[in-house]
Amino acid sequence: MTFPLLSLTVFAPLLGALLLLAIPNKDGERNGLVRVIALGISLVVFALTVAVWAAFDGTSADFQMVERVPWIPAFGIDYHLGIDGISLWLVVLAGFLTPLALLSSWHGVEKKVKEFSFFLLALEAGMIGVFLSLDLFLFYIFWDAMLIPMYFLIGIWGYDQRVYAAVKFILYTMAGSVLMLIAIIGLAVIHAQATGQYSFNLLQLYQLTLDPRTQLWFFLAFALAFAIKVPLFPFHTWLPDAHVQAPTAGSVILAGVLLKMGTYGLIRFAFPLFPDAALQAAPYIGTLAVIGIVYGALVAMVQPDMKKLVAYSSVSHMGVIVLGICAANVQGMQGAIYQMLNHGISTGGLFLIVGMLSDRRHTRQIAEFGGLKHVMPKMVAAFLLITLSSIGMPGLNGFIGEFLSLMGGYRWRPDLAAVAATGVILSAVYMLWMFQRVNYGPLTNPKNKGLHDLEPREWAALGPTLVLAIVMGVVPNFFLAPMAPSVDRLVQRLHAQRPALAEAVPVTTPKPVPASVSLTPEQAAR
Amino acid sequence: MMTDLQAIMPILIVTLTAIVTMVAESFQPRGERVPLGGLGLIGLTGAAVASVLLWGRDLTGFGVMRADNFALFINVTLCAIGVLTILFSTSVVERERIPSGEYFALTLFGISGMMLMAGASDLLVIFLALEVMSLSVYVLTGIRRSSEAGAEAAFKYFLLGAFSSAFFLYGIAFTYGVVGSTRLEQVAATLASQVSGPSVMTILALALLLVGFAFKVSAVPFHMWTPDAYEGAPTLVTGFMSTGVKAAAFAAFIRVFLSAFEPLHAEWAPIVSALAVATMVLGTTVGVAQSNVKRMLAYSSIAHGGYLLVGLIAANSVGKAGMLFYLAAYGVTNVAAFGVMALLSTDDHPHDNVRDFAGLWHRRPALAAAMTVFLLSLGGLPPTAGFVAKWYVFAAAVQEGYYGLAIIGMLTSVISVYFYLRIVVLMYMSEDVAVDPAPRLPRGAVAGLALATLAIFYLGVLPTRVINLAVQSVQGLF
Repeated sequence: MTFPLLSLTVFAPLLGALLLLAIPNKDGERNGLVRVIALGISLVVFALTVAVWAAFDGTSADFQMVERVPWIPAFGIDYHLGIDGISLWLVVLAGFLTPLALLSSWHGVEKKVKEFSFFLLALEAGMIGVFLSLDLFLFYIFWDAMLIPMYFLIGIWGYDQRVYAAVKFILYTMAGSVLMLIAIIGLAVIHAQATGQYSFNLLQLYQLTLDPRTQLWFFLAFALAFAIKVPLFPFHTWLPDAHVQAPTAGSVILAGVLLKMGTYGLIRFAFPLFPDAALQAAPYIGTLAVIGIVYGALVAMVQPDMKKLVAYSSVSHMGVIVLGICAANVQGMQGAIYQMLNHGISTGGLFLIVGMLSDRRHTRQIAEFGGLKHVMPKMVAAFLLITLSSIGMPGLNGFIGEFLSLMGGYRWRPDLAAVAATGVILSAVYMLWMFQRVNYGPLTNPKNKGLHDLEPREWAALGPTLVLAIVMGVVPNFFLAPMAPSVDRLVQRLHAQRPALAEAVPVTTPKPVPASVSLTPEQAAR
Repeated sequence: MMTDLQAIMPILIVTLTAIVTMVAESFQPRGERVPLGGLGLIGLTGAAVASVLLWGRDLTGFGVMRADNFALFINVTLCAIGVLTILFSTSVVERERIPSGEYFALTLFGISGMMLMAGASDLLVIFLALEVMSLSVYVLTGIRRSSEAGAEAAFKYFLLGAFSSAFFLYGIAFTYGVVGSTRLEQVAATLASQVSGPSVMTILALALLLVGFAFKVSAVPFHMWTPDAYEGAPTLVTGFMSTGVKAAAFAAFIRVFLSAFEPLHAEWAPIVSALAVATMVLGTTVGVAQSNVKRMLAYSSIAHGGYLLVGLIAANSVGKAGMLFYLAAYGVTNVAAFGVMALLSTDDHPHDNVRDFAGLWHRRPALAAAMTVFLLSLGGLPPTAGFVAKWYVFAAAVQEGYYGLAIIGMLTSVISVYFYLRIVVLMYMSEDVAVDPAPRLPRGAVAGLALATLAIFYLGVLPTRVINLAVQSVQGLF
């Protein structure tokens, strides 16, 4: 029995959250202490995620540090965690953004600080759990349970329309995921029919041979759940509401990590579990993604509210990621995963900045600002860097991810990639235009005269995203190398010859196909 | 004789406790209060222990009572429901000036009827059990004699209940006419041996029994009495009957339809499917429109009946065990949710409007948190008992290929989350509107809430033990 590092990483935030609840904090007299402890816990968790990275063997495509304990044996459900190159950086990202989110709400959140920190840490546990689960039942539990803290974060600490946004968020996401639950059960039942035993084990289900019809239905059920989470056009309508109404910390986590669960789900579950259906559906999903890229960009352009603008820019950027996934080749997948990290960092940074401005002025209307460089030059410098990272400026992180995704897309469908590339131009338009209206020009609004520049705490929150934006742009290979083996194997799995399927339709064979377990080449080789 | 008595030991214990409770009340000295609830707790614990000791022995009592694991599982569930009800009741009974001897005795008599119903293997005994249970609950519904709503509810419940009993009795008569016996195993054997398909009489018997059960589990369209009865009854009685009565009725439903009428599964499955769909859809959609929490939970309990019917239709071992798990999870959760409402009520204010929950978090953070757990469990969100329960019955449906039922069930449960969340929204996301501080929570009630919360998380996170017990309960039975 090796040291259960992954379990510790999943449950440390939850334990910390419960610990926080034990601190008596009536009427907020211990808010400062609570904040410090919460930040401490989140830093410990970040250290744990870094430890996971340190222990990770980047040359292997296998799941590592696997923990597997029978949980509900009657149904073949295990407590089953593991990490590979695809989930590695997402776990680190979740660990990285949570302390920043806590820092960002140091002054923004004054009421019920203890509960706020509790929900944020509980959310972190859920997110890390989603990325590490290798059992579909366990995955679904984390996936759905995670909605609860996010719902409270938006609903209690959000802005005016928070209740509407919170309820819309949870119902929308649930409605999508219940169908996935049925498909999950269906998979386990089919596994039982084929082998005599239930299994929710992802690795075993990968090897299941499904007939094309079932595959298509199950794929659609999974894809719908993930498409809503991404959110893919036209399932995106919950996102602007949730983003605009959420407190800064909520937006950072929502954009930074939660949306990635949708794309992660596509990569980890929907595509490899149902490869034929996925490849069949990919052109349609890719088309939706491209529509989302252009549509999100156009809508972002006309937003008067900075937060809403960034929210729609997310719709656009997530489209690029989905396009890379649909391409189902190495560049596309790598680019998608890399872009998931980039988007987490750049959009997280943007929401941090918008939150800082909103803390000062209690408004996020672009028209209320203007000429901020005269009063907040340091903030403007940081803002510029994050903006450039978001629009994919070469030398910064966004460029690498977008370039790889689009290249993968081009190799697959040049037409889609061509339209998607316009999104890159459009994103430069709306981001820079917003940047210009907020920061340049004369300082017209007298209310902006007295604004103070970034304080050390804000630097602490924002600084790491700036550093990473540069580092990830300059040494991408440091991040790409450990994910390469896993991505290679994934792509091989997707394009593996699956002889069973063509003949599975009993045209030539009168006998039913034996409950076969098809092995992909590299598994057969092992 | 000895084994006969052993087989009905849990029921005997509860009945005796009920009698002792009644007698104790009439002998209690003037001005002094005997803790009658405590007696009930002891009796129910004894019954639960007796059930556990009988586990796996599969005794038969007097030829018509089975003490198989199935009945024992339901017995323990009923004891848990009863214990929670009594824990919440002690302060409420006093405050609402409900005659405590009658209240606790009737609750215990009701439970004994329910246990009888879960174990009976003869249609006539099931009918007797049904009446023992129903009569207790009718009276409990109207126990606040000064309350008009209570009287109306009790009257309505009684009339419609009497109708359903008549249907049920007719069904038994027709069954006897066809088979010549009311023993379930006899019925099953005869029906299975009919090679030429079921006769009209058999179908009629089946239909009448189905209507009787559908009334008791308030399946749409036989649910009309439910919202009114639930709203008018004292809050804790509503909690008791929405869980205990449902558990007992479903236990008998399972036993009759999955043993005696199992050979006719192909005949009744489509009808029950239609009932299940109507029940799930109507229960949740109408629930959305309610502003009275008791009515809302009434519709929610109708919808839960629909989910249980899905398990019945699947009729495989997963479905049966799933229903048992569901009844346990739902029973504990729902009683506790009603318990919170009852604890928040005051003399002049019933605390049953959605608005009453506004800002509860600011006043009573722990109570609001507990209520949230109960509501999320009712809505079937992980990591609570309600999630595992729903997953379990829908897994059974998927296994038998009833994808449509599973999908409808899942989507309606999302609708139900909407109205459960309404209360959460008000508790957490609106300002405090309380005019007067809510009453202090008595220790028993706190213990009850803590027990229920622990049970919900236990069943939600570590369900293996209870799942295994449920699986054992249905093994080799039907």
